[in-house]
Amino acid sequence: MLTHEQAGEIFDRIKKLSSADEVEVLFSGGRFALTRFANNTIHQNVAEENHVVSVRSVFGGRTARAFTNKFDEESLRQVVRSAESLAKVQHPDVDLLPMPDARSADGADGTPVLTQVVPSRHFQQTADITPELRAEGVSKIVGVAQKHKLTAAGVFSSAESLEGIFNSRGLSRWHTQTSAEISITMLAADSSGWQKANSPDVANLNPLALAEVAAQKALDSARPREIPAWKYTVILEPAAVLDIVGFMFWDYSGMAILDQRSFLTGRIGTKLFGNNITIWDDVAHPLQTGSPFDGEGVQRQRVGLVENGIVKRVVYARATAERMKRSEHKNKVGPIEATGHGFALPNEMGEMPLNIVFAPVGDPQTVEQMIASTEHGVLVTRLWYIREVEPFEKMLTGMTRDGTFLVENGRVQGGVRNFRFNESLIHMLSKVEAMSTPVRSCGEESFDMVVPAMKVKEFNFTEVTKF
Amino acid sequence: MKHIANWALDIAALRGASYADVRVVAQRSRALTTKNGKVGSASDAESVGMSVRAIADGAWGFAASSELGRGAVEATAAQAVEIARASARVKQEDVRLAPEKPAVAEWSTPYKIDPFTVSVEKNIELLLKIDAELCSVAGITLAETNLNFNREEQWFVSSEGADIHQTKLSTGAGYAAYAFAGNEIQKRSFPNSYGGQWQNKGYELIEELKLVENARRIAEEAVALHHADQCPEGKFDIILDSSQLGLQIHESVGHPIELDRVLGMEANFAGTSFLTIDKLRKLRYGSELVNVVADARQEHGPGLGTFGFDDEGVAAQCTPIITNGLFTGYLSSRETAHTIGENRSGGTLRAEGWNRLPMIRMTNISLLPGEKPLSLEQLIAGTDHGILMQTNRSWSIDDKRYNFQFGCEIGWEIKNGKRVRMVKNPSYSGITTEFWNALDAICSREEWTLWGTPNCGKGQPQQVMGTGHGAAPSRFRGIKVGSAFKS
Repeated sequence: MLTHEQAGEIFDRIKKLSSADEVEVLFSGGRFALTRFANNTIHQNVAEENHVVSVRSVFGGRTARAFTNKFDEESLRQVVRSAESLAKVQHPDVDLLPMPDARSADGADGTPVLTQVVPSRHFQQTADITPELRAEGVSKIVGVAQKHKLTAAGVFSSAESLEGIFNSRGLSRWHTQTSAEISITMLAADSSGWQKANSPDVANLNPLALAEVAAQKALDSARPREIPAWKYTVILEPAAVLDIVGFMFWDYSGMAILDQRSFLTGRIGTKLFGNNITIWDDVAHPLQTGSPFDGEGVQRQRVGLVENGIVKRVVYARATAERMKRSEHKNKVGPIEATGHGFALPNEMGEMPLNIVFAPVGDPQTVEQMIASTEHGVLVTRLWYIREVEPFEKMLTGMTRDGTFLVENGRVQGGVRNFRFNESLIHMLSKVEAMSTPVRSCGEESFDMVVPAMKVKEFNFTEVTKF
Repeated sequence: MKHIANWALDIAALRGASYADVRVVAQRSRALTTKNGKVGSASDAESVGMSVRAIADGAWGFAASSELGRGAVEATAAQAVEIARASARVKQEDVRLAPEKPAVAEWSTPYKIDPFTVSVEKNIELLLKIDAELCSVAGITLAETNLNFNREEQWFVSSEGADIHQTKLSTGAGYAAYAFAGNEIQKRSFPNSYGGQWQNKGYELIEELKLVENARRIAEEAVALHHADQCPEGKFDIILDSSQLGLQIHESVGHPIELDRVLGMEANFAGTSFLTIDKLRKLRYGSELVNVVADARQEHGPGLGTFGFDDEGVAAQCTPIITNGLFTGYLSSRETAHTIGENRSGGTLRAEGWNRLPMIRMTNISLLPGEKPLSLEQLIAGTDHGILMQTNRSWSIDDKRYNFQFGCEIGWEIKNGKRVRMVKNPSYSGITTEFWNALDAICSREEWTLWGTPNCGKGQPQQVMGTGHGAAPSRFRGIKVGSAFKS
């Protein structure tokens, strides 16, 4: 994998080739491998190594970016030429700031931001995973499926990746991490169960345990009954919570407020959710992953987005913060400063919090306790194909999937056919009756987060499907 | 590039692969956007690399590298074989490939104007002109435009002797106007939402789309939606415009006919399909008027699913999917063809790039136009009471592709053959086969458009692919409308 030192040498070559006022170079890539199984067979098994360098050139307020994955002299010359010729024909952008130097990237005023140290996210044991080791893990999962007369499908992947940024003002940032992920679907004749987990450290993953839970869900949801669509009390497992709440975090962005595309426009400082909802963005949280700097190399701050149901603030890239300070919204959006959440420039979206952590509540309940206290409700393993129906009330639609259960009189009473929901996130997060301790969770509809399971009143199921 | 591929084939054979193919791919793209009178992003990208797909011990392995030196290429080939042997540790039976005569061929997308030769200044000028038109309408709070050009050159060789050089070119453009007021955000897009219209064409597509000419109308509609009534809820006859119908085809025909989904290969991510193999040539998928084809041939049109050969060297074909309402075909590959009794692949295996494994993807999945002349206005004139819905806003469907719900940007209530009022937030839902059996009218060829969907996601690791969908406005009887907003 490309090293920090090698990247620095490439940056020096690019700097020499550049005629721009300023130049910034981003590096990304690494090694990735994924073993995919279905019908109790490994049917796809892939590996790749790739590194991408992108060059951003600036000429008097004009900027553009070009990408290549070739590092020979001619390719670097070409990528510099592409970035420069694209930049030169832009119109000057009055909002474009000079690139940050190392000092200013540490904090808005040059003062290093008081933040937790980001723990190492690179584990050699994960980086060293071989195809044979992944096949061994899959073999254990398939063994569980066969023991229960089920069919298994899923993935076991591993990766070693890097992110780096250098600019002509002397900024240099580098981050490496590893990742391993297991996702399992167990299929029975008319039911299914699912589990998924990932971690920078493969030692935290237990394929057998995940397989047993997925298998039990498939077995317990067999012969699903159809019950009518209605407003039910639902118990959403952490993956289901992640799937749905992830759709609101694009809106926690200064640029989204300026563009008036955020459901938080005019609502910052107001109580939108229940008292029990407190949300942080915190890259240094021990259960989080990712690099500690943003697309300009600015250090990511820990930001309190929601406190006891009140939306407190949003995140900012450097230029967005400056624009917000001059805007009509400036007195209505809480603290305004670059928080280290910007995307690589140039872009239209500005910034976004990507390291979401729900704060624990004082009286956490396990999913089992939530079930025991539910007279009539639905237990949901995961959600699927979620899309925004109405952007300002944050009305979302989607389906339940791979383990949906009827809960009656404090007990799971078997599987039910899957539902379609149409539910407002504002409404949902105002009706949370109980939460578990937050855990690192991953799904397919949103990015990984630290979220609890939730028991939610009056969750709006509108239709039932055929299975 | 062929010598690079041959290095890999030689090593794969030496390491014991019973079959191998190699793709060397060079991709180039340009993306330009504007937002509220300013350039939003401007980028050029190139990506070059190679991959090896190999069968050893009866199982698949795949490895890819951006390094094209002989040592790296040979190591990648050896890695693919090593991975295949690891795969063989967990298998039920050996991989079987349907026979395919090895093709030796050159193919490229026909085009008139290479979009990469059009100056960036001209492109930005066009986008800013559209942007200015959108922003000139009072009430527009956000205007976004985009232009995208892609070229992919691929050399494919196989251990069976295939040797194919193929170059594909695609162009896309579109814009959206947003109006925020009170507690509501309304949006209109042109020519389609989520990136506009995309086709395998050159810059001539941009000139055909009449982007500037439609900008003011689109912006005015976005603002007018704030004053429109909420779309009524209940059962209605609905007319879908061709772009919305294109997405309906994509979700409720295109995905369920993917044979890998049907066979459970996508169960963990994209899902499976209600179209189990016992339903082939037995299921009444739609009404007698419904004829759907999967057609990757150039004669079908310049869709994003048009090519000369798929990514395992099988020539483009036309497969009847629904014939007079009867379900008649799947999307298949060399590995899956035998499961439906076919002795040849349908030619649908495609990869996002050099570093991704080819998988079954939609080609151009199109609803054929009605045979009798029928314009949209005539269709409206023949409708007593219904809702015309235009331009997708949201889409969702379950993991077996039964239950769907779509929202559109704008609707028009029709009474006694006339559009009587604009309605906002139109949505409809249903069960796939019930919906297609409710189709009772399709407009004719003059109203038919081959839409491009540039962002179809599938697979693990996920791959994004462009697909094509031809459709003409059509009417469906007695469809559930508005349940998304039912309180």
